[in-house]
Amino acid sequence: MALPAGLKTLDTTETYQRKRKRFAPVVILAYIVLIAGSIIMVFPFVWMLISSFKDAREIFKFNFWPQTWTLQNYREVLFDTLFPRWFLNSFIVAVGSTASVLFFCSLVGYTLTRMRFPGRQLIFLVILSTLMVPTEMLVIPWFVMSSDYGWVNSFWGIAFPGLIPAFGVFLMRQFFQTLPRDVFDAARVDGMSEFGLFWYIGLPLVRPALAALGIFAFIGNWNAFLWPLIVAKTNTMRTIPVGMALFSGEAGTAWNLIMAASAMAIIPVLIVFFIFQKQIIEGFALTGSKG
Amino acid sequence: MQQSLDKSKAGASRISLATREAIWAYIFLAIPLIFFLFLRIWPAIQSFYLSLFSWHVDPAKREFQGLGYYLEMLREPRLHRALLNTLLYTVIIVPAQLALGLGIAMLLNTITRLRSLFRAIYFAPYVTPAAAVAWVWGWMYSVNFGIINTFLIDWSIFWEDRGITWLTIDPQPFLTSPKQALFAVAVVVIWQNLGFQVIIFLAGLQGIPRMYYEAARIDGASSWALFRNITLPLLNPVFVFSLVISTIASLQLFDQVVNINFTDQGGPLNSTLTIALYMYQEAFSRFRLGYAAAVTVLLFSLILIVTLIQLKLTSRRVDY
Repeated sequence: MALPAGLKTLDTTETYQRKRKRFAPVVILAYIVLIAGSIIMVFPFVWMLISSFKDAREIFKFNFWPQTWTLQNYREVLFDTLFPRWFLNSFIVAVGSTASVLFFCSLVGYTLTRMRFPGRQLIFLVILSTLMVPTEMLVIPWFVMSSDYGWVNSFWGIAFPGLIPAFGVFLMRQFFQTLPRDVFDAARVDGMSEFGLFWYIGLPLVRPALAALGIFAFIGNWNAFLWPLIVAKTNTMRTIPVGMALFSGEAGTAWNLIMAASAMAIIPVLIVFFIFQKQIIEGFALTGSKG
Repeated sequence: MQQSLDKSKAGASRISLATREAIWAYIFLAIPLIFFLFLRIWPAIQSFYLSLFSWHVDPAKREFQGLGYYLEMLREPRLHRALLNTLLYTVIIVPAQLALGLGIAMLLNTITRLRSLFRAIYFAPYVTPAAAVAWVWGWMYSVNFGIINTFLIDWSIFWEDRGITWLTIDPQPFLTSPKQALFAVAVVVIWQNLGFQVIIFLAGLQGIPRMYYEAARIDGASSWALFRNITLPLLNPVFVFSLVISTIASLQLFDQVVNINFTDQGGPLNSTLTIALYMYQEAFSRFRLGYAAAVTVLLFSLILIVTLIQLKLTSRRVDY
């Protein structure tokens, strides 16, 4: 009974401090600075949206709000470009990659920490060493390889670099390391298969890490630009960032259309982000503290 | 007798169990290992190899250049510009991101209400595609029609009307000026990646036990002393992580530079060109894949050296 009582006192001092803090000048100043900063963070998105509702003449006028709100820009981008197709491509690549990342990174992380076999350390070092190599160094050999094997302009070609990131293996390894071995040994003695140990016992115990890694993989693949730009050769195989950028390059000074295209590339991501913001941010914070 | 028999039996089954476990481990690792060896390590080695040959689609027609491309890099002024720009981007972006990130994280740590809303707002740009974000900023930076210059003109007129001329600011050329373009791009990168630093630092700050501060306050320490002697040292691991991650990202800058000035990528007058963009242009516009491979080896060495130096200088253990 002593413990809950102790906790209770701690709690009240905390509430007391919070109450006192809320009116301190430092706190008021903090709010002012944070609000000013927030305006800077949000404004580009707001201006993008406002611009995307102006017509071709009004975009070059200096009024802030559109005099007539129009959806014509969105209609043009949707119907004159392959935007829906790019969206589908991005979705296929991101979902496929994320599934692969979750399965393989956790399987490797589990195997490297919760199974005993010779060469464990060596294999981990081999995987870890790939973290040092920047993507830029790999795109040329990847391109040569893709040309040789006919991977250019295919979903596999776009997705393969992101299927098993070394960073993900590292992250999952950190989490599996914290699980007690006894649980696995007990189940093993009970006759559970090695894959069953991973699938039914290991995976459910690292669910928060899986959520973080999945989010990380999805966002990374959805936004990827350099490699898809190289490997997607035809318009029908482009992902959203690549298709949107090349369309905007052709649109020249039709900023109303470019802003509508940008909005369609950015807004879905922002909507998903704000729905899952707590999990997403905590996921990134988690990877930071574990990395 | 019975006992020793049991022992040896148990021993035998343990060995077979161990072998079984090892075999399964290798089965689980097979596909990932093939992936890492074939699609990560082999291409990295190939980059070195490709950098020694002139490029031709037919492998038989590739000519051995030796270190020719590396010598060419020494004479290539455009590459030198790209290298200089990349370093300049890094020394602008990284300190700004770390300082602002830590500052905002500390502000978020002092408030209690709306913290998660602010956190989400600052983090939002980080999850959006950099390519699309660069187009939005390109439009805001537009010299004649951009919102920033429109604002500067309105601002100046407002103060001129009141006779306070020293507050007026002329419209700026931004991306069209070789002097300003790099800074304009750097602002975009800082704006977009700041949120990542904020949440990493915030998580770090929340990990510092409050009692350290309370104990120091009782001893009469000033706020500055608390920051210098408690916050900074205890944040060191987080700080090193942020420093290394943001430096590596800056050295690889590509998406924003390509998209913010799409018709003159890396311009004006190569003032925004980065190594990654230079490599891309040499490889996929001019199809000089051998030379471009040599450039990627340079970028790899640069990242490796800078990271090692940073780790050497900043890593120290702090225990309280």
